[in-house]
Amino acid sequence: MALVELLLAPLPAHVRTARLVVLAAARRAGLEDGLVDEIRLAVSESTSRAVALNARHAAEVPVKILVSDDPTGLTLSVTDAGPRAGPGLDDLSEELLAGQDADDAADPDVALAVLSGLVDEVAIEPAPTGTTVTMRWPLPAGSAGPGGTVLSQS
Amino acid sequence: MDLSLSTRTENGPAGDRTVVVVGGEIDVYTAPKLREQLIDLVSSGQYHLVVDMEGVEFLDSTGLGVLVGGLKRVRAHEGSLRLVCTQERILKIFRITGLTKVFPIHTSVEEAVAATD
Repeated sequence: MALVELLLAPLPAHVRTARLVVLAAARRAGLEDGLVDEIRLAVSESTSRAVALNARHAAEVPVKILVSDDPTGLTLSVTDAGPRAGPGLDDLSEELLAGQDADDAADPDVALAVLSGLVDEVAIEPAPTGTTVTMRWPLPAGSAGPGGTVLSQS
Repeated sequence: MDLSLSTRTENGPAGDRTVVVVGGEIDVYTAPKLREQLIDLVSSGQYHLVVDMEGVEFLDSTGLGVLVGGLKRVRAHEGSLRLVCTQERILKIFRITGLTKVFPIHTSVEEAVAATD
């Protein structure tokens, strides 16, 4: 299993950091280009949501991102320190049109609903301090690379 | 890649249109820059906008929120906000969120400037 762990201070600039690191891991694991685009969006949605929640509720707590791959697939999990995730949304466009504050910032639930529409395998589970969003993508057989990396950044 | 923005005015059959050319990545870090640009345009009385997204490499729901905010601002002045986008990877998030039914999406700036409906 190849593992990458990231601890990010909840700053908007680090959403791009997360995209770059997770995409490097996904390409190394051998995911197809179409899936890499999907992962790029999934990382951005899940990390933006976590960064916003931590910045608002626990600014001293880093957002934790874990990427691991094994011969069958790549797993990405993002853990925040915000209030527990609410139920999903039925109509995203209505939420985007109606539920904005003065910064045009969408409700964090919008990110979860986008993820549900984007990724086939998504789990939203309570973590000890907040919520962990876990996503998984299947890998073509035999394409996983060896070795592991541990990386922390804040 | 960071966000790049430029604007120009084009004359269409229904009047002047302000074309906002956006390039690079629109995410939670760069979206405020786009938001300020759209607010500045509306504040200076430019209510008919065409946002050219052909140079956008990445867009997430934070960026969508800013575009929706822009749409609401121009609508308050009976204006319009049209998008130009042919990139499948960008269009995907508009489809997932149902915003394809909210924004007119065109295949070229010419087509968007010429639109009168």
